[in-house]
Amino acid sequence: MQTASNLKEYRKELQEALDNEFLRTAMDKFAVAYKSNVNNVFAGLDRKAMIAEVAAAKDAAIQNQEALFAEFKANAEKNGVHVHLARTAQEANELIASIAKENNCKRIIKSKSMTAEETLLNHVLEDAGFEVVETDLGEWIIQMRHEGPTHMVMPAIHLSRHQVAELFTSVTKEQQSDDIQKLVKVARRQLRRYFAEADMGVTGANFALADSGTIGICCNEGNARLTMTLPRVHVAICGLDKLAASLNDALKVVKILPRNATGQAITSYVNMVTGANECKGNPEDKKIMHIVFLDNGRSALAKDPVCGEVLRCVRCGACANVCPVYRLVGGHQMGHIYIGAVGLILTYFFHGREKAKQLIQNCINCGACKDICAAGIDLPAIIQEIRARLNEEEGAPIESTLLGKVLANRKLFHTLLRFGRYAQKPITGNTPYLRHLPQMFMRGQEFRALPALAPKPFRDIWDEVKRNNPVQPKLRVALFAGCAQDFIYPEQLVAAAKLMQAKGAALEFPMGQSCCGLPVQMMGERKAAEDVAQMNVHAFDVAKYDYIVSMCASCSSHIKHSYPSLLKGQPSEQVAVQQMVDKMTDFSSLLHDVLGYTEDDFKKGQEAVTYHAPCHLCRGLGVTKQPRDLIAAAADYKPSAEEDVCCGFGGSYSIKFPEMSSATLKRKLDNMEASGASVLVTDCPGCVMQIRGGAEKRGSKVKVQHLAELLVSKMK
Amino acid sequence: MTATPLASLFMEKANAVSISVTEVASMADVFSYALHLCKEKEPYQNLLPKGVNSTTVAAKPADLGDAQKVIAAPGLAEEDLKALQKLGEKEGILVISCGLRNFVAGLDVSVTMATMGIAETATCVLDCSDEEVRLASMLCEDHVMVLPKSVLQQSSFDVEQAIEALQKKGPRFISFISGASRTADIERVLALGVHGPLQLHVLLLEA
Ligand code: SF4
Ligand code: SF4
Repeated sequence: MQTASNLKEYRKELQEALDNEFLRTAMDKFAVAYKSNVNNVFAGLDRKAMIAEVAAAKDAAIQNQEALFAEFKANAEKNGVHVHLARTAQEANELIASIAKENNCKRIIKSKSMTAEETLLNHVLEDAGFEVVETDLGEWIIQMRHEGPTHMVMPAIHLSRHQVAELFTSVTKEQQSDDIQKLVKVARRQLRRYFAEADMGVTGANFALADSGTIGICCNEGNARLTMTLPRVHVAICGLDKLAASLNDALKVVKILPRNATGQAITSYVNMVTGANECKGNPEDKKIMHIVFLDNGRSALAKDPVCGEVLRCVRCGACANVCPVYRLVGGHQMGHIYIGAVGLILTYFFHGREKAKQLIQNCINCGACKDICAAGIDLPAIIQEIRARLNEEEGAPIESTLLGKVLANRKLFHTLLRFGRYAQKPITGNTPYLRHLPQMFMRGQEFRALPALAPKPFRDIWDEVKRNNPVQPKLRVALFAGCAQDFIYPEQLVAAAKLMQAKGAALEFPMGQSCCGLPVQMMGERKAAEDVAQMNVHAFDVAKYDYIVSMCASCSSHIKHSYPSLLKGQPSEQVAVQQMVDKMTDFSSLLHDVLGYTEDDFKKGQEAVTYHAPCHLCRGLGVTKQPRDLIAAAADYKPSAEEDVCCGFGGSYSIKFPEMSSATLKRKLDNMEASGASVLVTDCPGCVMQIRGGAEKRGSKVKVQHLAELLVSKMK
Repeated sequence: MTATPLASLFMEKANAVSISVTEVASMADVFSYALHLCKEKEPYQNLLPKGVNSTTVAAKPADLGDAQKVIAAPGLAEEDLKALQKLGEKEGILVISCGLRNFVAGLDVSVTMATMGIAETATCVLDCSDEEVRLASMLCEDHVMVLPKSVLQQSSFDVEQAIEALQKKGPRFISFISGASRTADIERVLALGVHGPLQLHVLLLEA
C-alpha cells in the first residue's frame, strides 16, 4: 500500500525497498525465472493471436456491459441466486455486511479476491464485528501481518520463509521450522478449522457468463472450492469488467491467464458455478448465494476512449512480473492495492489521485508490460494519459511546464542548448563529461558520468555531411536526429550518414525539426507534445522521401506510435502524419533490410561485442534481429544476459528517481561485464548516455558505442 | 491397452505437473488401485482440533477408530459402489458415498468419475453439482479420478458445448481439475496439498 504524500517521502520508501536485500534477491530470481517459464509454456502457441482474441472478446463485453449484466442477472436469478449491483466500494461492503447479518453469520472465510481488496471489504466486515479469515495461503499470511499484497497472484512474494516461520510460530504457539513444505502443512491444519466453522464464504470471480449466469474461479490451492462449498452462504464479489458473453470468451481467458500469471498451462482448479447448488449445511439442502457486481467507476471507464481499455485486464499480474521498477522495489512501492503497471492506472481510477500522484510517476516507459499483457492493453500510453490528466486536474509541476514551453519553441530550445555549451565550460574539465555540476543538479546523479554538449551540433556540420551524398542516389532518406544526437553525440549521426551514403542513400536533414516530444509526453504535458509533433510534421516534406530514419529508437517509436493520436484532432495533418509514420524506420532495419548490409561489407575483426536492446527498439518497434545480425557481420557477437531489459535511463525518469535508475543500470553493467565482451553497442543515444556514463563511472574496460560507430569503424 | 494420441498427450502433460497417470482396463482395476493406495499410505492426518464449533459439519465420527482408513466414492454406479465396499471390508477399509460433511477432518482416498477430459492440459472435467462429490474431491489426501479414454478431447474448446448445455439447464457446479491442491506462496517454492489433495491420480479407463 502506498502512503507517501509527496515525491520526497515516496523516494524515501523506494530507497528502503532498494535496501531490502531479501526482496532484491527474490525479485531478481523471480524476474529471470518468470521469463523462462513463460517462454516454455507458450512454446508452440500463437501468443499474439491468443492476446488478440482476449482483447476482442473483452472489448465487446466492455461495450455491452449493461446488457450483459441484465442477462446475467436474469439467468442467475432463475437459478436461485441473488444478484446485486453496487455503485461504489462502500455500497458493496455494506451490502455484503448486511447479507451476513440477515443470514445470521458470524464467521466469514474468504478466498482470494482483488475486488474485495479494492473495496477493503475485510476492514468493514471486521469493524461490523464479523470474524474474517483469508484462506489463500499468501493472503492469510499478509492478513496476519496486517499488510497489503505485494503481487496480485502471489501476495506474499516479499516475505522469506523465515518470516513466515516466525509468524506461524507465534500463531500456533509452537516452534515452527522454516522448511517450506512443513510450513504449508501447518497452514493446512490451521485453516481447516476455519473452513469447518464458517457460516459464510466470500470469493471473487475471474469471469461471469451472461448467457448462463455462471461465475468462474481459477485457483491452485483449492481454497475457493472449499469456501464455496462448506459454509451455508456464498457471496461472490465481482467487477463489472468480469462479465463475458459466453463460455467461449471465458475459455480464451482461462487459456492465457495462468500461462501469463505463473507459467502454468492451467490452474489446478477452474470452478464454474451456475446457480445455487446443493448445500447440505442448509435445511433445504440449497446454498444461499449472492453475487455482488461492483461498478466503482467501471461503467464510466467503459466509455473512456483512451483508458477504457484497462477494463480488459484479467489480473494475471504479468505486467508487474516484467516491470523493471517492480523488480527493484516490489508491490508495496509499485502499487496501492492493484500492483504493477495496471496498478498505477487502477489506483488513479479506484483509489484517487492523492494515492496515484506519486505512483504514476514511477514508470520508466520501457514497454515491457505492454508486450506481455494478456489482454493487449497499451499500459504505458494510459500511464502517460493519466499524467496528463493529473497535470490538467492539479496543475503541472513547474519543471514540466517550463520544459513544455521551451520545447514548443524550437528556436528558443536550440538557443538554450547552444548557450548551455558555453555555460558548461567550467564544469567539463576539458573532458567529454560534465565533471563538476553544481550540487543542486548533481543530487543523486553521481552514479553515472553525464556527457557534455558537443562543440558543434549536427545541424552545424550538416553542410559538410551533405557533400558526401551519392551523385546518383538509389534512395532519398531524411534524417530525424533527436536532441541527444544533434547536440550531444553528433558523431553518431556522422557515422550513420557515412554508412547510408556508401550504399547509395541521399540524405536530407530538415532544419525545422526539433525534439520528438517524448520527454514532454512522459511528463504529461499534452499540449506541448502536440505542438512539437506538429512542428516536426511540418518540418519534413514527407512525400519527397523514401524513408525517414532515426538513430534514436525512442524518437522513431514515439513518432510511429504517438503522433497519429496526438494529432488526430487536426484533419489537415492526417496525410502527412500517416506518411511520416509509414516512412519512419529505425537505423538497423534500414541498413539491414533496405540497404542490404552483410558480412561482405565489413572487415570482420576478432573483437567481442555485446548488445543492449533499447526498449523502444525491441518492444516499441519489434526490431530484434537486424541489429544483432549487423553486429555479427562486423564482429564477434557475444550475447549478454537480459539484453532486452531496460538500462534505467528513461529520460527524465533517471533525474526524478536516480536511485531506481542507478540500480537498474548496475545490473545492466554487471551483465555487460560478465559477457566477456570488450565493446557494448546499442542503437539509441539515450541508452549510450546511460550505459557509457555508468561504465565510465565504474572505470569499466568495456567501451560503449552506438551501433553506427562500431559499423563505420569496420567498413571495408 | 490402446495408445491413442490423445491419451499419450494427456500422459505427457500430466507428468509435467506431477499428476500420476495409469491406464486401467476395467473398474475392477480402479478398485484394486484405490484399495492398494489406501492400504499402503499413512493414515490420514486429522486436521480438526477438538472442540470445533460448527453448525454445518461434524468432526470425525466418534465411533471411528484413530487408525480407521476411509475411502469416499460418491457418484459411483450403485453396483460399483457395492463391489468396492465389499472389497474394502476385506481390507478393513471403510468405503463411504455420503455424509462427507462428517469428514472435514480428513479422509484417505476419494474416487470420482470424470465426465470429460482435456488432453492438452491434463484436465479432468468433474461435474460436482452433487455436494458429496465436491467434498470428496477436496477432503481426501489422495484423489483418484477415473477418466474413460472415450471422453478425452484435445482442448477446452472441444468440451465447451457439452458444458454450456449443462449450465443452461439449471444449477451446476463443474470443475476442471488439473492437479493436486498446490501453492507457491512461500518463496515461490512449489508445495502440494495446501488445502485439498496431496496427490492427484488419474486412471485412464479403457472404454
Ligand atoms: S512501461 Fe516499463 S516501467 Fe512502465 S510500468 Fe510498464 S514495465 Fe513498468
Ligand atoms: S494489465 Fe495485462 S498484464 Fe497486467 S494484470 Fe492485467 S491482463 Fe495481466
